[in-house]
This record gives sequence, C-alpha cells and structure tokens, in this order.
Amino acid sequence: MISIDILLNAVVTGILLGSVYASLALGLAITFGILHIPNIAHPTLVVAGAFFVYTLSQWGLDPILAALIGLVPFYILGVALYIFYSRVFERRGGANVLQSLTLFFGLSLVIEILLALGFGSELKSVSVSYIGSSLKLGLLTIPYRLLIPALLGPVMIGAVWLYLSRTNSGTAIRAVAHEERALSIAGLNPASVKRHAFGIATATAVVAGAALIMVGPVEPFAGRFQIGRVFAIVVLAGMGSIPGSLAIAIIIGIAEALVSSYLNPSWSPGVAFAILLLGLALRPQGLFGAAR
Amino acid sequence: MSDTILSLKGVEKHFGSFRALGPVDLDLRAGERLGIIGPNGSGKTTLINCITGVYRPDKGSVHFQGRDISHIEAHKRARLGISRSFQIPRPFTGMTVLENLLVPLDYCHVDGSKEERARTVLASVGLSGRISDPSEKLTQLELRKLELARALVGNPKVLIADEAMAGLSEEEIDEVLAILFALNTSGVAVIMIEHIMHAVMRFSERIVCFETGRLIASGTSSEIAENPLVQKVYFGE
Amino acid sequence: MRKTSILFVAGIVIVLALGFLLPWTVRNPFYFFVGYVVLQYVTIATGWNILGGYAGYINFGAAGFFGAGVYLSAFLFTTFGLPLPLCILAAAVFGAVLGLLMGYLTLRIQGVYFAIATLGLVVVLETIVHNISALGGASGMAVYGPKPPAWSPGPSQYNFTIMLVIAVAAVSLARFVEISWIGRGLRAVRASEDAAECSGVPTLRLKLLACALSGAVLAAAGAPYPFYTSFVEPVTAFSLIIGLNAIAMPLIGGTKSWVGPVLGALLLASVQQIATVTISSELNILFVGLVLIAFVAFAPGGLSDLFGRRQGRAKS
Repeated sequence: MISIDILLNAVVTGILLGSVYASLALGLAITFGILHIPNIAHPTLVVAGAFFVYTLSQWGLDPILAALIGLVPFYILGVALYIFYSRVFERRGGANVLQSLTLFFGLSLVIEILLALGFGSELKSVSVSYIGSSLKLGLLTIPYRLLIPALLGPVMIGAVWLYLSRTNSGTAIRAVAHEERALSIAGLNPASVKRHAFGIATATAVVAGAALIMVGPVEPFAGRFQIGRVFAIVVLAGMGSIPGSLAIAIIIGIAEALVSSYLNPSWSPGVAFAILLLGLALRPQGLFGAAR
Repeated sequence: MSDTILSLKGVEKHFGSFRALGPVDLDLRAGERLGIIGPNGSGKTTLINCITGVYRPDKGSVHFQGRDISHIEAHKRARLGISRSFQIPRPFTGMTVLENLLVPLDYCHVDGSKEERARTVLASVGLSGRISDPSEKLTQLELRKLELARALVGNPKVLIADEAMAGLSEEEIDEVLAILFALNTSGVAVIMIEHIMHAVMRFSERIVCFETGRLIASGTSSEIAENPLVQKVYFGE
Repeated sequence: MRKTSILFVAGIVIVLALGFLLPWTVRNPFYFFVGYVVLQYVTIATGWNILGGYAGYINFGAAGFFGAGVYLSAFLFTTFGLPLPLCILAAAVFGAVLGLLMGYLTLRIQGVYFAIATLGLVVVLETIVHNISALGGASGMAVYGPKPPAWSPGPSQYNFTIMLVIAVAAVSLARFVEISWIGRGLRAVRASEDAAECSGVPTLRLKLLACALSGAVLAAAGAPYPFYTSFVEPVTAFSLIIGLNAIAMPLIGGTKSWVGPVLGALLLASVQQIATVTISSELNILFVGLVLIAFVAFAPGGLSDLFGRRQGRAKS
C-alpha cells in the first residue's frame, strides 16, 4: 500500500528538483544544443557560479542578488572562453568535435582544482533567512530551500526562451549553427553571434549556481555529479529544444525523488544516466527534436 | 527488362515533414550510362544516399540484380557492387594514396595481389606518381581521381559519380570523362550526377531530370535539351 | 614476418626477460612500486588509444573501466579465491562487455554521445560500488594478496612483473590492431566514416570491436591493483587522475600509433611519480589538466607528430 503523502511529496520534490536541473542544463542547451559546441565544462562553471555566490554571501549578500551581480562577470567569462576556443580551433580550420571535448574537459578540471585550491575541498553552503523553513500545504511539506531555487529556474528559462524566439539577436543565435553564410550576407558577424550566445550561456551558470547552493551544500568537484543529469536533459530533449529540456528535467527530477524515497538516496546519481541510456536505446534521435 | 541491374520502385524519403525525395521509379540497365540533372536541392544526393544505403527509404524499395536491398546496410551494398564517389572528395586523410585504395580492397575479393590491383587502378587514373604521398597533399583534380579510383578498385557493377567534375578546368573535365568512359567500356554501369551540361550530354545514353524530389523528364541528350519542363526548371518561365 | 615485426618481437623478449630478472638483481622494492604505476599507465594509455586514437572516439570514463577491473578482480579473489591470472582474464572480459554495451547504445548516433556517456559511466559505477556492501561500499575492502611464486623474490616484485606482462600484452595487441586490416579500417572510419561505409568498411562492427578491445585492456590494467595496494576503495579506484591521464598520455605521446601512448605514459607517469612525492595531488591534477589543454591547443598530434615533422617526414 503506497502511502499517498510520501508519493505526493516525492513527486512535488521531484518537480522542484527538476526545475533546478533545468536551469543547470540551460547553458548547455544553448552551447551544445544550439551552437553545437560540446561544452562539458558547463557543470563546472555552474559550480564556480555557486562559489561566487557563496563568496558574496559571506559578505552578507542575498544569494539571488549575488547571482544578478554575477551575470555580467560570467557573461564576460563566457565570451573569453569562446574567444579562446575559437582561436585554438580556427587555425585547425574548423573544430574537431572530440578535440574540443577534450579541451573543455581539461578546462573543467583546471577550474575544479583552482576552486579546490582556493576554497578547500569541503562542502560550502549559504544560509539565508527564508531557507530552512518549509511551506505546508495540506499533505505537502515543501522546504523553501527547494521552492525558491526551483522558481528561479522557470523564470530564467522563460526569459532566455523569449529572448531566443522573439528578438533579432536571439533568432540570429538560433540560426548561426546551420546558416552561417546567410547570417554574414545579412550583415551579421557569425563569430560575434556565437560569442554573445556563449556569454549568455555562461551567465546562466551563475544563476544556476545560486540555485544549486541554495538547495544544498556544494564542493568543488560537484560538477561531475551534475554532468550525467545535465547531458541527459539536453540529449533527450533533442538538442536545443528549451521547452523540451524543462520537461525532461522534471521527469528526471521525479524519477530521482521516487528512487530516493522508495529505494535509497545514494542511488540517485545513477538515475539520470540510466534514463539517458534507456532513452538512447529506444529513440536515438531524442524525444523532442531531430538529431541526424 | 531482363538486363536491369538497379531498380527503384516508389522510393520516398522524408525528413520530418519535408519530403526530400519521391515517389521515384527508376531503372538502370547493366552497362548503361545514365545522367542525372536538376537544380540544387532537387533530391539528387538523397537519391544516391537511398541507393547506396546511407538512407533507408521511408516508402518503396531498391532492387539490385533482382534482389531487394532496401534494408541492407551500406557497407554490404558496396560489397555487392554499388560504389560511389562523393560530391566533396572525402579522402582517408592520414593515409597515403595507396592505402586509400587498400581499404576497400580489404572487403572484396580480387584475383592476385591486392596491392597490384591497387597500383593498376591508380595507374589507370593517372595517379601512379603519387602512390606514396599522403592523401592530404593532392590537388583538386587528383582528389577527384582518387575518389573515383577508390570507388572502382573493387570491380563495382554500378558506379555513381556525384558531381565528380565540379570546379575542374575543361582539360581536367576531359580527363575525368575519359576515365569514366573507359570504365563503362569494361561493363560498369555509370550514373553521372552533374551540373556541367556539356559533360553530361556527351557522356550519357539517357538523362533524367529531377525537381523537388520528383523525376520530371527522361530521354536522350537532345530530347532532354528540348524538353520544356527541363527548360523551365533551369531557365524559368 | 616483416622486418619490423621481428624487431618488435625481439624487443618484447628482451623486455620480458628484464622483467623477470631485474627483481633478482635490484634489491630495493621501491623501484618496483614506482615501476608498477608507470607500467599501469602504459597499459591504460595503450588501451585508451585503441579506441581514442585509432578510431577517434574519446572515452572520458577510462576510470570507470579501470575501477570495474579493480573491483571485479578483488571480488573474485576474496570471494572465490580465484588465482590472479584468471582474475585478470575475467576483468578483461568484463571490460570488453562493458565497452560493447556503451558502444552499442551510443555509437549508432554520433561519436559525441559516446564521449558524453562515458562521462556519466564513472559516476554510475562509483555509485553502484558505494551501494554494494559485498564490495566494501564507501569504506573499502581489504585484499590479502596471493603469495608470490618461487620465481619472484617478493610481493612488490611479483606485482611489477605481472603488470609488465599485462603491459606487454596490451602493447602487442595495440600494435597488431594498428598494422592489421582492423587498424586500417579504423583509420578510414576516423578520416571519413561515410566514405568508409560506402567503401565496404563495416564501420559499426569495427567501432564496437575497438570499444571491446579498449575496455578489455583498461579493465585488465586495474585487475592487479587490489594486490598492489592491499586495499580498494571507490575514490581511488575511480580516481579523476586515471581518466585524465588516459587521455593526456596518448595525446602527448601521439595517437596515431602504439608508440605514442607508451612514450606519453613513460614520460608523464615518471614526472607525476616525482611530483607526487614533492607536491600535492591536487597540483598534480592541475598540471596534467594544463598540459592537456596546451597539447590539444597547440600540438594535437602529440610528441611523435612533432618529432616526425621535425625530421621532415610524416610518422606512420
């Protein structure tokens, strides 16, 4: 007999968790899904964002405020990363996907080590007044530390999605992966469009980092636990489909919450990966978009 | 017809809601020289991909020597005797010219030494002087010759030459045509996809014209040149 | 047999003879500890390169295969008392199966998905090991190694010699693959998969074969590890530096031939062994990460490519 309130709480927790995962995946949906640049350092950038927020919160700033302050520096960081990436591969006459993967892999390790050297390897968290208590709605108990970051997610995702679909520069971003020539004929510089997109993607990392550290404590190597989830989301959503990634993220969140409640929490890092493998086995093209 | 070697019946290929090809019915006789023309995006390359097995048709079937090969993998079709050259040459970089030909030879049977066969084929296309050179160092013409050499080293029954002469000078076009004519004389059916009209006209026994995925005209060179549908496709109303 | 093959076999015989004789002449077991680690990385780099270098499919989860070999070997030995050579064989088979599975699920789409899946593999395997108490869970499992046979003077020398045999087998396998039709097919796949497929190369089958062989060697590299350390735990068995070195060593040494990983491993592992004693393990990872980035950015062909270019001819 499955008790209703455990089930309900697990599902709601899963939805909220999924929303947080979606904000983690957003930057990757942009760089990998739309620009086709396999930036596996993105989860590490999210962790770096979390540490940025942590540092500012040590000086008394609210994490959400810290994230907003971080938008510009992280945007600049993203632009710098893109410039480094394109300089490296420009001389090669185009990016070899697997070489770029390796570049970002090395980069993510360097960032993690720098974080470890700078902050130590222990878990760090933020304490804010509104986190720590819970909202009680009938059978549901929703901790604020989950609710607040989960609300950040859809807001950021909605903002980015509107930007990409309604504005000119957003449309340019969506087009640049397949239609470079058309863009340059239209007078736009593909390289600056990509730079801009990479900057936006990295800026989302600081907001996602704030969400992450509000949900729970973070250590420098936390990125590797998020990689499975984040890639599962981007791949299954069909590469570049942002509404799709929110849906998949929530499914993954619910699956993890159910596994946590009914089996064992320590199995949850593997859930996303298992779902990814299952999804790839059944429908290699992804659920929402076309791959090949 | 009894000597039909390749046959497409009702072949269609879709990408999402976009219909790239079809339905197409096309027969190729053994040893025939068939030309395929049509504007960019008319489905010619999709057609080749369906024949060679890179794509599986969504509807219809592909038959080779009387056998339905619609669901056979591309590498097996190559071994059966269907070979192709690519529009933009794809040499096996990191390997010499000779090694490029040894690759397909690993998967087909030849009488005698495989290396000898490779050298013979390279000589027949005029690449003997470049045998030990890395394939990255070849000129545009040499790359196209390598593409063709690699496609015919395994004694194919059908060769599909996809824009093998694009970007070449008049003399170079003649060289490539000579190679294709010589190949055809030995009994190989050749499908030539080209935009260079005079080359297609000279080479083909029969020409078909594609537009938006459908076959709109078929006939000899002069018939095609006078066909009003073909003229509309190329010159507008 | 070709001249180069005769030379190679001669070289192997000499190396193996040294491996069996050195333990009796060199007294200090420390050298064999260090030598074990270097040889382990030669094996790891060689195994990784069969798929990563020859076929061009990058495996970010070499640590997963390695750790799988470590744990299977430890489990079989402590539970069933299986002799060491059988543990190694079992680990190799398991690694092959794991590689096949990963390949089958992801290679039919695009290579980048394989790479990503391997990233997740390490986390998944580590999670599984954490949760199974028969494997010691997070706190680890002690392994009381087999007594060394008469031809070896002590346990560290025995482990060294075993690892040498595995390394020699791995390098021989890599060389065989490289010069055979398998290697030629893989190089064609790496250069242009579509052209290879249309030339008659069974690309999927070859890629899966490379996955299996690579996985087998990586797992075999981990099989003697429990006896080397006498204690296995998830953090070290699935350690970050293993996956990183697996990529960095072939990249630095050169990915086109069997020589590159050996070169890269000898160089990098020796440097790291010196560094681990003098600086921290974190700085070690930082160093390797920076070296990796530098090589990808400026010398993607690795050292053997750089030397080849300097001598004016391309390395084969």
